[in-house]
Amino acid sequence: MKRAGFSTPWLPVLLLVPQLAIIAIFFYWPAIVALHSSFFLQDPFGFGSTFVGLDNYTNLLGSAEYRRVAVFTLTFTLLVTVFSLALALLLAVKADKVLRGAKTYRTLLMWVYAVAPPVAGFIAVILFNQSWGPLTELFALFGHTYMVGVNFNDTAFAMILASVWKQVPVNFIFFLSALQSIPRSVREAALIDNRSASGRFWDVTFPLLAPTGFFLLIINITYALFETFGIVDTVVKGEPGNNPMTLVYKVYVDGFRGNDLGGSSAQSVILMVLVLALTVFQFRLLERRIHYT
Amino acid sequence: MAQVHFSNIGKTYPNGFEALKPTDFEIQQGEFAVLVGPSGCGKSTLLRMVAGLEEITSGELSIAGRIVNAIDPADRDIAMVFQNYALYPHMSVRKNIGYGLKNRGIPKAEIAAKVDEAAALLNLRDHLDSKPSQLSGGQRQRVAMGRAIVRDPALFLFDEPLSNLDAKLRHQMRIEIKALQRRLGVTSIYVTHDQVEAMTMADRIIVMNAGRIEQIGTPAEVYHDPASTFVAAFMGAPPMNLLRTRAEAGQLQLNGGALCDTAHRGEVIVGVRPEDFLPDPAGPVSMQVDIVEELGAHRLLHGKLGPETVTVHVGNEFAAEPGPLRLSVKPGAVRLFDAEAGHRI
Repeated sequence: MKRAGFSTPWLPVLLLVPQLAIIAIFFYWPAIVALHSSFFLQDPFGFGSTFVGLDNYTNLLGSAEYRRVAVFTLTFTLLVTVFSLALALLLAVKADKVLRGAKTYRTLLMWVYAVAPPVAGFIAVILFNQSWGPLTELFALFGHTYMVGVNFNDTAFAMILASVWKQVPVNFIFFLSALQSIPRSVREAALIDNRSASGRFWDVTFPLLAPTGFFLLIINITYALFETFGIVDTVVKGEPGNNPMTLVYKVYVDGFRGNDLGGSSAQSVILMVLVLALTVFQFRLLERRIHYT
Repeated sequence: MAQVHFSNIGKTYPNGFEALKPTDFEIQQGEFAVLVGPSGCGKSTLLRMVAGLEEITSGELSIAGRIVNAIDPADRDIAMVFQNYALYPHMSVRKNIGYGLKNRGIPKAEIAAKVDEAAALLNLRDHLDSKPSQLSGGQRQRVAMGRAIVRDPALFLFDEPLSNLDAKLRHQMRIEIKALQRRLGVTSIYVTHDQVEAMTMADRIIVMNAGRIEQIGTPAEVYHDPASTFVAAFMGAPPMNLLRTRAEAGQLQLNGGALCDTAHRGEVIVGVRPEDFLPDPAGPVSMQVDIVEELGAHRLLHGKLGPETVTVHVGNEFAAEPGPLRLSVKPGAVRLFDAEAGHRI
């Protein structure tokens, strides 16, 4: 095998610099600053800071409000991930069977992907508008007075719906291409071996989709935890009050609205640790059970 | 008794393309039938229609006395071996072989016994717990065979099962499949584009071309008595020499010589197998040998007979050289075809 070599040691370093610089400036530096300031109590007007040790962390963990947000985030992440994956898989399996007009169908489904999160949140706000939102009116038919931004559960429902709707297209594209990469003859062999369509799906199709599903699971959890910020922000309209919010949104609210930089930093450090643990856990536990062809 | 009965079976796609013209034939119990033809001739379509993977658009198909047109593939009592094996990549060899049995509600102990038996028959005992990706091409082919034979079906279907193997392995598997089929006595339909496979494996060959059956017959019949110029040119390597000429005054004229007597008149196509031409100093026709192909046991002489190219097969005791060579033809070896339609006269 031919090995390419560099004549000077500086060229490879030079080529790596842009990537390393981006990681350093946008990830390591903020992470270190966050870690550092999480041990301090900052003056809200920026006149100085006092070292408080682990106080920010103990305050957080002792706070009922923080636990409430954490529980909501967990529920929210779970529901958004499960529903966006399940719906996308269902749509992909159905789309895979469509022969006529398949392209139009796929394009229509994928369009949603191009919608920015705040826009998705805004559409949800319109749909659930207090006085003329069509979904509000639909709920009214069933005798439920839907109050987005006022009622905790109603607001949570709107957030989850918008987040799922926004994420389904991405999952759909991945699932559909995974389905289409299953060899036709393998499916046909299953057709001869098993008369039950659902049996064939769970025994053959689903295990062959597992690598894609695993990848999407990680992407979706990350999405629900972090990228739904725009949706949450639009739905609660910057007035958290009694409304549901996610941990990431709370970092923003406490840090930039409440000017509690230390507490906010401590929260982001906890989030970083959480994501790290989650990723390690997923790869350790799940990946072992997945067959890559 | 006919195990498979094709009654006016045809296939027309929604776009109007007629992949298979309505055909009638039967495959007998225990017979090894080979569908052979160039790609796109409809042979795979026909096989897939038998399997139930392709809809039958006209006619009736019966397997073991039961009309199966509207029956699901899983309920047709068939097993199929695919070209690229179509093994389930995430299942072990044991599970691959047993999957079809498991779904038919057969008790676990019985499945295990049958899988073991099939694995022993196919030399797969040491690989039962491997995944398909850990196996060689020949072993994967055997697993695919195992998946078919454990089911003990009324009919085996083979869709070009050897075309992904290298030449040596192909030769070996050809013999193994044939021996296995003999032993199990299961009726089989085997699709291939390779005429050597067809000749060596078949009890009966079904030669197809452009969605039509050209000829059905034993390998010897198809080889020696081709029904059309298509069959003559497709079967045999090298193929039959087909020479366009005229019959005059009760004799076949060929490059100025009279090849043999005939009752025909006018323009015809003469078909002679390369081994039916004999080098003969007193022969009636003369060819110009251009190339001598040395094949060890025999030699092939390629050249011209008048305007047409010919190939002559001679034994290795005949010292051939490029240049003119006089030929005669074995008695009774000349086949005549219609000059326009190409069918046998």
